[in-house]
Order: sequence, then C-alpha cells, then structure tokens
Amino acid sequence: MRLELHKRPVASTALSYLAPVIALTLTLVAGAIMFALMGKSPIAALYTYFIEPLLDPWSRDQVFFKATPLAIIAIGLCVCFRSGNWNIGAEGQYLIGGLVGATVPVLFPAFSSPLLLPIMIVMGMIGGGLYAFIPGFLKARFGTNEILTSLMLVYVAQQFVDWMVRGPWRDPQGMGFPGTKQFDDSGILPNLVGTWDTHWGAVFAIIAAVAFWFMLSRTLKGFEIAVLGQSPRAGRFAGFSARQMTIFAFVVSGAMAGLAGISEVSGSVEKLDDKLSLGYGFTAIIVAFLGRLNPIGCIFAALLLALSSIGGESAQIMLGISDRATRVFQGMLLFFVLASDTLIHYRIRLVGRTPAAREGAV
Amino acid sequence: METTAYIILSVCAAATPLLLAALGELVVERSGVLNLGVEGMMIVGAVVAFGTAQVTGNAYLGLLAAVFAGAAFSLLFAFLTLTLATNQVATGLALTILGLGVSGIIGEDFVGQPGVKLTSISIPYLSEIPMVGPLLFAQNPLVYLSWALVAGVAWFLFRSRAGLTLRSVGDNHVSAHVLGIPVIRVRYLAVLFGGGCAGAGGAYLSLVYVSQWTEGMTAGRGWIALALVVFASWRPLRVLAGAYLFGAVTIAQFHAQALGIPIPAQFLTSLPYIATIVVLVLIASNRRLTMVNTPASLGKPFVPDR
Repeated sequence: MRLELHKRPVASTALSYLAPVIALTLTLVAGAIMFALMGKSPIAALYTYFIEPLLDPWSRDQVFFKATPLAIIAIGLCVCFRSGNWNIGAEGQYLIGGLVGATVPVLFPAFSSPLLLPIMIVMGMIGGGLYAFIPGFLKARFGTNEILTSLMLVYVAQQFVDWMVRGPWRDPQGMGFPGTKQFDDSGILPNLVGTWDTHWGAVFAIIAAVAFWFMLSRTLKGFEIAVLGQSPRAGRFAGFSARQMTIFAFVVSGAMAGLAGISEVSGSVEKLDDKLSLGYGFTAIIVAFLGRLNPIGCIFAALLLALSSIGGESAQIMLGISDRATRVFQGMLLFFVLASDTLIHYRIRLVGRTPAAREGAV
Repeated sequence: METTAYIILSVCAAATPLLLAALGELVVERSGVLNLGVEGMMIVGAVVAFGTAQVTGNAYLGLLAAVFAGAAFSLLFAFLTLTLATNQVATGLALTILGLGVSGIIGEDFVGQPGVKLTSISIPYLSEIPMVGPLLFAQNPLVYLSWALVAGVAWFLFRSRAGLTLRSVGDNHVSAHVLGIPVIRVRYLAVLFGGGCAGAGGAYLSLVYVSQWTEGMTAGRGWIALALVVFASWRPLRVLAGAYLFGAVTIAQFHAQALGIPIPAQFLTSLPYIATIVVLVLIASNRRLTMVNTPASLGKPFVPDR
C-alpha cells in the first residue's frame, strides 16, 4: 500500500478553511499520545493546556500578552513568505528593533516628553527594517541564500545585544545585573487596562492585521506580492521587479519584528536587558503558517500558540509536565499544518503496490 | 611544535561535526531536496548518542543509536516533502523546531551529568611517525569516519552508476521519471542518508567535543553545515576544505579569547556566523560557479504524473 497524490483541477476552498482545523485536531491527538507516553493523563494535560488558561482572568491577560509580539511579527512575515522570500531571522530583527528603539531613553535618560514614545517606536521599526535589509539586499544584489544569512544574523544580534547590556549600556546602579537603566515614564508603552500585562502592542497588532490584510488582498502591491510569490517569471512579464520585492518584503517584515521588539522593551520590561530573546521570532513562523499567511488568521493563530505556552507553564506547575513539551507541541502543529495544506491542492489516495493494480487505476 | 599540533587537532575537532552533517546534506541536495532540518536532526543525534552511551556505558552504541535516530527523524521530513509534496523550506524549519523541543524533553535528566567519551584510536606504528603521526593516525574514530565519508561520497556521486542516477534526479526530476528512475525512492534514500550523517555529527558533539549534554548544544552548527554545502558548490572535497576553514575560524576565536585580546567575547563568538555570511556572499557573486553546480531541481516538489 502507498499514498498517491492526485492534483485537484482547482484548489478546494472548503478545505483551505478546514485545513488548519484538521491540523489542530491531529496535533491534539498526537499531543494526547505524547502525554500518555510521558505517563500523564492526556485529558488532564490537554485541559490544562488549552481550556484552563481561558477560565482565569490573569491567564487570559497572559495569553493576550504573549500573543501580541507573535501576531505582530507573523503579520510582517506573511508579506515575506507570500512573496517567496524566506526571512527566518525575525528573532534578530526583533532584538535589534528593541535595541535601536531604546537608544533615546538610554542615552538621554533625562529626556521626558510625550514625543519620546513615538520616537522610540519609529526608531525600533527602522532598526528592525534596516537589520532585515541586510539579507534582503544581499539576496537581491548577489543572489545570496537569504535563509542562511537572515538566520546567521540572529546569532550576531543576540551577541551584540548581550554585549550592549553588559558593556556600554549597563546601568552602573544595576547591582552588576546586565541591563540598562529603567526608562523614563514617558517612554513606557501603557497597559491596555490598569493592572494587565497586555500593553498597547495588542492594538498595534490588530491595526497591523487589518492594514496588511487590506494591502495583501485589495491593492496592486498585494497582487504584485502574490504574482511574484507564485511565479517570478510571470511577475517579470507583468513588469514587476523580483529584486525590489525582495528588499521590500524583508524591510517590511523586519520593521514589524522591530515594532514587536520595541513594544516588548517599552511595554513589558521597561528597559533593555539580556532576556529579550525568547524565541518569538521563530514561533512567529509557525503562527504565520497556521494563519495561512493571512494577517487576520495570524491573530487567531498567535492567540492559539500563546494559549499553548501559558497552558504549558501551568501544566508544568500542576502536572509536572516539562515546559519543553510546549515546543514539541508547536513543532508538531507546524508539521500537521503543512501536511494538511496538501489536502487543499491534492486528493490523497491509498493504492495497492502491484503494477497491475496501478495500471488498472489509470 | 607541541602547540601547532594541538591547534591542528582542535581545528579537526571543531570541523568534524560540520563535515559529517554537511556531507549528508550534500547528498540530499544533490538529489534535489533541500532539508533545512539539519540542526534538528543533529541535536536529536546528540541527545540520543549521549543517553544511549550513558545507559549502556558504550560510546559506540551511542554513535549507532544517533545515526539511527537522525535517519528516523529525517523520515518525518521525507514523508511530508516527498509523499505529501509539502513546501521543503517550511517543513525543514518544522523539523528543526521539533528537534530542538524533542531533544530538550529527552535530555532533561541528562543535564549536568558526566558523559561517556568516545576515545581516540591510535593506529600502531603509524601514529608514532614524528609530526604527521599524531595528527593523522591518532584521531577519534568519528574523524576517520568523516574522512572516509568524503572519499566515499565523492566516489559515489561521480564514479558510480547509482550516484549518476541520484544526480540526474536532482538535476531534472521530470526527465529522470520519464526514464523510469524511481525519483521519490531515490530521494527517500538520500534524505535518510543525510539524517544519519547529521545524527553522527550530533553524536560527535555530545560524545567527543564536549562529552556532556546541554540543551541547544548544536548552537547553529546545523545551519553552518547547510551554508558549507553552498560554499562548497555541492562538491565533497570542497566541503572538506570548507569545514576545516570554519573549524579554524572557531578555534581562532577561542584562542583570541584565551589570549586576552581586548575584543569583547561576544564579538568573537559572532565571528563564525559573520564569516558564514561573508563566504556566502563571495560564493554567490561567482555566478558561473554556482550555476554550474547547483542541482537544478533543488527545493522543487515533485509529484509524478498519473
């Protein structure tokens, strides 16, 4: 017995909506098996992972809080991945966005003004955008493999930020801990609701989702992105430049990662320290695919992945399940999402092995 | 003399995991498949090698288990990209993410424990030759294996019929299919071989290089191995040269730190990654070199007509 793929004459619309649901269901089944193998009750584990965080206001806030950077980064990645550019270095652009955005409050701690926050946000986006410009430019100019260069730059960014917060930017009054001075109050992104951890970054995510959805589905630029992504050759005939698109896609996704970075720095930590790199840039890749490279879909996907991380934390405390299980979960989810995508374009048939049977099928 | 020999040996040690993983990936890419999951397969190999060696007390069993684990893990990638024709870039990334997570769970109890070391083998008489003896004939078994693999892969790809078949699949899968070559089966075998090699590279890290388990201990080596394949323009001997070059960069960075050269440690740690970018740019700007050797079907999914 083996599997054969048969191309559908047209992609199935129903399945394109169903595919993420199928993927999620399969992930839950696989997850249940994993928990059973670890000697834990699958029902209790899945309940703790996916239901319990929704019942308690504090956990709900944490889900929104974690979903915010994931959604912002993933929305930017939609542009990149749709146009056929593989920016997998969002983690580095997120870090550099946080670093560049923090320049003014760190170097001019006395500067207190309503302008400070907008300056920081714009600088964060410029920082992330410029850092992403490097792999974009190298691909457009020299044909360098952007997957590898953008990823290498993550390691470089991690080291650079680490050096900055331990060296030149370290707060002398910080008891020797790595990290800058606390920002001025005017440089802090306010919380959405009084005591919540979720900050205004969540609003940025929703605005960005709508704006990017509009750009991708209703403008010429969106059409250009789709054409170049599906067939660079067809794009050339239409007069679109793949090179310019590469740079555009990288800079846009880098700027979004930078926005996520500075939002976390100013809205959550309120200073720059050595714990900024939490892997949001990599998880956002899963978010973008689970959201089917649709900015609105990314919001829901980000909420789901945030839910699984918060659930994972409580599963560790209450059931003694390693929080590393969360990453396995997220990896499996991406696998199933990709596998389910095949259903949209192909019919899958199980066929017998004998050549005679195969000829009969033709 | 002592120091020179020591430096060369340490370059060897830094280069071997890269060489093993890159040779495997080279065969995979020659068959037209781009597997970005090298980092994930390596780390799974590293943790399985460590665990098996610790439980059985035998480092060779650890190595064997790592090769099998790497290959088994790559089967996931093969099933998705080859049978289900999924996007190879995204699937490879998924493999890396999953590998980092799975290895973390498996290795949870191994953190901080002493490992079983895979010790070097001195070949009698030959290793006593002054100068070259200790360098060439008193090495770790995995170093010998990596050298043998360079020769083996080079012979297989360019001197054997099976290698020609594999390259034809990588260069034009449609023509290969029309000629009756089982494209998907060839690619499955190539991916499995790549997985086994990456597993062995990971085993080198946890059995020889540091002989302990730390989470995320591959530290991007799988990605550097991927870059090496591009650097080598898909040629085994150039992979050998590239791996030792990168080994040298890594060692230079360690020595610069030890000598107290007034450059922040973080900059020196970044050096291999920056070197990778520079090398990729230099190679990519030489269009002729890359165009001639790049497998033409690289990264393109293949679904046989029915």
